[in-house]
Amino acid sequence: MKEFVLIFRLKDISDFKPSPEQMQERMNWLAGIAAQNKLADRGNTLLPVEGSAKTVKPGNLVTDGPYTEIKEFISGYVVVKAENIDDAVEMAKANPIYKIGGNIEVREVLKRD
Amino acid sequence: MRDIPSYNEILPHLFRREYAKMTAVLCSRFGLQHIEVAEDIASDTFLKASENWAIDGVPENPEAWLYAVAKNKARDYLKRIAFFETEVRETVKLKGPDDAGQDFDFDDQTISDSQLAMIFAVCNSVNSVESQICLALQILCGFSVEEIANAFLTKTETMKKRLQRARTNLRNDSFQIKPLSEAEIKSRLDIVLKTLYLLFNEGYFSKTNNRLIRKELCSEAVRLALILTENSLTDTSQTNALLALMCFQSSRLDARIDGSGETVLFDKQDKSLWDRSLIERANYYLVSATNGNEISKYHLEAGIAYWHTASADENKWQHILQLYNQLILIEYSPVAALNRTFAFAKVYGHEKAIVEAEKLNLTGNNHYHELLGYLYADINIEKAVNQYEQAIRLTKSKMEKQTLQKEINRLKGDNRI
Repeated sequence: MKEFVLIFRLKDISDFKPSPEQMQERMNWLAGIAAQNKLADRGNTLLPVEGSAKTVKPGNLVTDGPYTEIKEFISGYVVVKAENIDDAVEMAKANPIYKIGGNIEVREVLKRD
Repeated sequence: MRDIPSYNEILPHLFRREYAKMTAVLCSRFGLQHIEVAEDIASDTFLKASENWAIDGVPENPEAWLYAVAKNKARDYLKRIAFFETEVRETVKLKGPDDAGQDFDFDDQTISDSQLAMIFAVCNSVNSVESQICLALQILCGFSVEEIANAFLTKTETMKKRLQRARTNLRNDSFQIKPLSEAEIKSRLDIVLKTLYLLFNEGYFSKTNNRLIRKELCSEAVRLALILTENSLTDTSQTNALLALMCFQSSRLDARIDGSGETVLFDKQDKSLWDRSLIERANYYLVSATNGNEISKYHLEAGIAYWHTASADENKWQHILQLYNQLILIEYSPVAALNRTFAFAKVYGHEKAIVEAEKLNLTGNNHYHELLGYLYADINIEKAVNQYEQAIRLTKSKMEKQTLQKEINRLKGDNRI
């Protein structure tokens, strides 16, 4: 089994705080993966709000938030176990994030020995 | 007028209850290394009781009689070894110069402290969990080797060997039975709770159909968990959650097993057989468990059990599903995965649940095929029958085979109409 990070991206900051229904859908999705024993790490939510997000650039330039130059921002990640990237993509497809215009980037983890 | 119970009526009961206590107190004095000495003294005491009571009748206060005899025997033992250079003497000497003169106390506090120390001694990860449970039954609950072998459906000889190995491991680990430091309690409480949890489950989901054994395993687990709540160091949020879970489950024990020892599924249980007073106690412990911010698997399982007893709430299964979602994120187990899918079916219907179920990859697990059979029953009878047949092939339980066959017959009958 390989490990893949699923990186969640949202477009609109107002979508960041989920409704109870959205929360339930996300939990169902996450627990569905755990029920297959394929969850390597339940990951974390990454706060995009003021005071919790800064970007550091060359020349000690610090800007607020992740969203000054890119339209999308990363809202969180989880790590799953899968035979190959296609299996990981199948898991990502079942996530409810697309309903609110988000997307998921799937990346294989290169394990350091 | 009430009949005075004869000695052979009262002795087995007393033995079960007092033997473990007596051993615990003696052991905390001699050290775990010499548990056999403690057990010999306890056994001798009961032997003397059975001889004397047969002739003189049962004394007015049997417990006091037993403890007085045990005290004398322990004192004799210490005097005797004072004459001989033995390993035991060295151990006793280590405990302090005036130790031999000190009296043996069998007051409630000493018994309770000693039993707590004993629980921590037995629940030790040097042994496999199954061996820990067997040891707990023998040392903490006073079960005979035959009784334990019965509960685990193994031969007495095999069980005897397993217990001996487990005892040797304990001795070699040189865990000191006393005093329990706060740090020790904290680092080992998880293992203790897990062993008690599994001891309870051994009774609740037992391999044996013997109803009496099953009930005793459950009530012993509750008794030991109660000892934990009596000490402020072990009276934690998790302990209370575990106790709540045990009480919720116990409240349904009578409804769960029918006259022939067969398991009655939740939906078909006679709810009037649920023990209301146990449910109330469970609620009490569940409230005590939610004082902190901690959510352990015992909290989640107790929460699930709570919703099962709350019959009328329309969002019941939604709550149960959410709790299973959290449970499976804490710790994967096939049982939790299957139960979660069942709750999912109750909320989102069988068709969506089949999709979830088929991803579980538990082919070869009889409960998995049973679940799929259940989910397919209203959708595709052929597939349902096929799944049930696989479950029948895989299960070892005769009772389960019968129940599943009945279900197949019912489905085939419906098909013809």
